[in-house]
Amino acid sequence: MQETDAIINARREMEVCNACRYCEGFCAVFPAVELRREFSAGDLSYLANLCHGCRGCYYACQYSPPHEWGINVPAALAEVRAESYAEYAWPKPMAVVFERNGTVVSLMAAFGIALVLLLCSLGSSNFWVAHGNTPESFYKVIPLWAMQIVGTATFGFSLFALAMGARNFWRDAGPQEKIGPTAVAIALWDVLTLKNLGGGGNGCNDNSEAFSMRRRYLHHAMFYGFMLCFAATTTGFIYHSFLGWPAPYPFISAPVILGTVGGILMVIGTIGLMAMKFVDDPIPNVRRLLGGDVALLMLLAMIAVTGLVLLAVRATGAMGLAMAIHLGFILAFFLVLPYSKMVHGVYRSAALLRRAIERNMKPLGGE
Amino acid sequence: MPDRTKTYDVLVAGGGNAALCAAITARQAGASVLLVESAPRAFRGGNSRHTRNLRAMHDQPNAVLTDAYKEDEYWDDLLRVTGGQTDETLARMTIRASSGLFGWMKDAGVRFQPSLTGTLNLGRTNAFFLGGGKALVNAYYLTAEKLGVEIMYDTEVTDLNMEDGSVRSVDIRYKGFPETVHARCVVASSGGFQANLDWMRQYWGDAVDNFVIRGTPYNKGRVLKSLLDQGVASIGDPTQCHAVALDARAPKFDGGITTRLDSVPYSVVVNKHGDRFYDEGEDVWPKRYAIWGRLIAQQPDQIAYSICDSKAFPLFMPSVFPAYKANTVEELAVKMKLDPAKVRETVKGFNKAVKPGQVFDNLKLDGNATSGLTPEKTNWARAVDKAPFYGYPLRPGITFTYLGVRVNEKAQVIMDNGQTSGNLFASGEIMSGNILGKGYLAGFGMTIGTVFGRIAGQEAARRARN
Ligand SMILES: Cc1cc2nc3c(=O)[nH]c(=O)nc-3n(C[C@H](O)[C@H](O)[C@H](O)COP(=O)(O)OP(=O)(O)OC[C@H]3O[C@@H](n4cnc5c(N)ncnc54)[C@H](O)[C@@H]3O)c2cc1C
Ligand code: HEM
Ligand code: SF4
Ligand code: SF4
Repeated sequence: MQETDAIINARREMEVCNACRYCEGFCAVFPAVELRREFSAGDLSYLANLCHGCRGCYYACQYSPPHEWGINVPAALAEVRAESYAEYAWPKPMAVVFERNGTVVSLMAAFGIALVLLLCSLGSSNFWVAHGNTPESFYKVIPLWAMQIVGTATFGFSLFALAMGARNFWRDAGPQEKIGPTAVAIALWDVLTLKNLGGGGNGCNDNSEAFSMRRRYLHHAMFYGFMLCFAATTTGFIYHSFLGWPAPYPFISAPVILGTVGGILMVIGTIGLMAMKFVDDPIPNVRRLLGGDVALLMLLAMIAVTGLVLLAVRATGAMGLAMAIHLGFILAFFLVLPYSKMVHGVYRSAALLRRAIERNMKPLGGE
Repeated sequence: MPDRTKTYDVLVAGGGNAALCAAITARQAGASVLLVESAPRAFRGGNSRHTRNLRAMHDQPNAVLTDAYKEDEYWDDLLRVTGGQTDETLARMTIRASSGLFGWMKDAGVRFQPSLTGTLNLGRTNAFFLGGGKALVNAYYLTAEKLGVEIMYDTEVTDLNMEDGSVRSVDIRYKGFPETVHARCVVASSGGFQANLDWMRQYWGDAVDNFVIRGTPYNKGRVLKSLLDQGVASIGDPTQCHAVALDARAPKFDGGITTRLDSVPYSVVVNKHGDRFYDEGEDVWPKRYAIWGRLIAQQPDQIAYSICDSKAFPLFMPSVFPAYKANTVEELAVKMKLDPAKVRETVKGFNKAVKPGQVFDNLKLDGNATSGLTPEKTNWARAVDKAPFYGYPLRPGITFTYLGVRVNEKAQVIMDNGQTSGNLFASGEIMSGNILGKGYLAGFGMTIGTVFGRIAGQEAARRARN
């Protein structure tokens, strides 16, 4: 990481916290702070990605504004987190995309739909035809090979870019010690439960001193919904490629049930999280990050909604259009994946892994 | 906005832990309650917002405390720190009551850290608030609001107008404008007077200009003064205050816990002339930090400098301000505006006086002493010789004052003529002197405030509603 103003301020705030330590019961950040006396830019990037932004430490802080020290840990770390996304982006020139992330993600969504629609209308005479539930009906609109090539190429590239980003993070902000199996298990548990998004078990402070589990449950809905949709696609792929059962699948079948439940959960999670942007206290946050958050939430919501619509209309003449739009959003998602807020999942998981690796180190001073 | 024309059952003067415990308890007992806090909302909660734990008796381990801490040990600890300046009946009552507070506190929204995770070595005797004292204060305000306690911020109680040992009316200033309000009973929970520098100056002279007030600037002792002027019996030595060693760069007020410095036992400490003046290693720091405030207050310009090397640096909690750092002792002295030759001499003399071959152990009194110095350093004496060198300037930091009002076990205020007040109660720092006449026991301030806040709230509500 570079020595930016955000890093310098985050260092100042972490040094205050290290002398105070009142918040050590809230989350993983403070116990990690207590292990050191000096904070390199990489350390601060690690801490920033470890912070889940629950705001517990902001409302509990006796030095929060209007105190002259103006300690606001969630905001200070969100600034660094945002810079870390650009810092670790691969390839490097793509870092600029994080500057106006909301705009970029929205434009890509529009571009994705336009592209798929264009291709469909150019290449297929079956666009407006009602196919009923005949096997391979989807592929009459868009040939399977086209879906597979575009899907594999874009998603594959994005996964590679994400992996390179993870590598950059690990080099700059990773631990000295080796990864052990216990650490991986602990980190996985923290990722899957979002334990740190809960102020020591009481929940987040969304807009007041009162605690709430809202954000955590909504993220769970979105995250597990997303995973279920991913599982639905994977099962479909296995059915098709290995078992020779082509889509569409009956309503009572693994891919459709997984996809439907997942889609509904994603809608609940994303819409809920968007709604929270209206009530959240803006002070313990960074305003310019709002765009990227909302754009990704919107994109995920649209993927889910259009998927559910496609399911509803798949036997009718609207199937072609519904599918083109759904695939358009997915294409956009694949394209922006490594250049959107989605990277947070990777860096946050990596930060949790480093914390798990360091779990047995002893705090400095104070004993 | 609370209705200031109505007569409340209970008016609570103050907005810290003791006040909130009284207000919530009185409201739970059915009383209408007005809480008057002189600070704005953002700085509500007095010194309580800077705290982190409370000391509680317990006969066996529980969710937040390890092992056991029984009544007699607690009492012995109190006896030791106060040198007997305590009231055994009130003290033992407080100690016993401390074991039964958790349930009520948790119901009122307070959360604790699980036992053993605390940074300090106090997991047996002290329960740590999750997020510290401001989180506790926040939880109490939320509960109070939910229960219907009416709250006025930015409102100072200027006078409790007494007649025949009872409060008849209460003068307040709301955002600077005077008003008079009425209540059947009043609980005074407005803390000490350490933020009133003019009052402090009467005892300390101009040295107060070099004092740091660790907590809120709103504890000016206005209520305390009003009561003492009207024949309420006082307790505690008016000239005494709890003073610790702080980083001299601390803000004048509200610097809180982070400005304290634990470097002394592992350092050489000199005054502005570069001379050592006291045994830095006399005892473990938790037993000595409070005398260092006074020691520094007696030095010229009320300032001292702690100097250590890189061996010692990781052994104590960091201060909030970065240490001065240099590759030689002289350079360090220059950075701290001290005479480099003099400081070099002092450190050199110290290093020579360290007896060779001793085994250093920072976890106990290791007996590593100097020989031939005045004053000697009697523990943890190691040569200050491994660059880089680190230095901190130190000033006296005032935690609280001891002067207060006399109360009985029902938290009723007692008058000079020995009678109990008809409708005036007190809780927290303003009456701590009854139990803690001298010294300090970590976490005991919050215990007294919680126990007496609850009693005062209960008794005030009962009396008002009869
Ligand atoms: C940095 C620091 C750390 C501490 N840590 C601990 C700890 O960990 N554990 C512990 O037990 N103790 C600790 N203490 C001591 C502890 O703060 C006190 O014992 C305790 O807070 C006293 O509570 P209180 O409610 O009586 O007073 P306070 O919390 O100080 O509350 C006094 C209230 O009265 C208000 N007030 C004052 N004058 C007026 C007026 N005229 N009209 C209206 N309102 C008024 C103030 O604004 C304030 O809200 C610490 C103190 C400091 C300074
Ligand atoms: C892999 C581990 C993951 C962790 C630890 C994690 C954690 C978090 C946390 C703590 C937040 C709230 C703070 C913030 O706004 O930055 C958040 C927000 C968000 N997450 Fe995740 N996440 C993970 C994976 C995912 C996945 C897979 C998705 C996509 C489905 C996702 C989508 C989002 C979105 C869109 C937001 C913004 C929501 C908002 O704050 O309004 N996350 N995540
Ligand atoms: S956020 Fe504030 S209260 Fe919490 S550890 Fe940091 S300085 Fe202390
Ligand atoms: S996770 Fe919550 S408590 Fe921890 S640093 Fe971030 S905002 Fe503060």
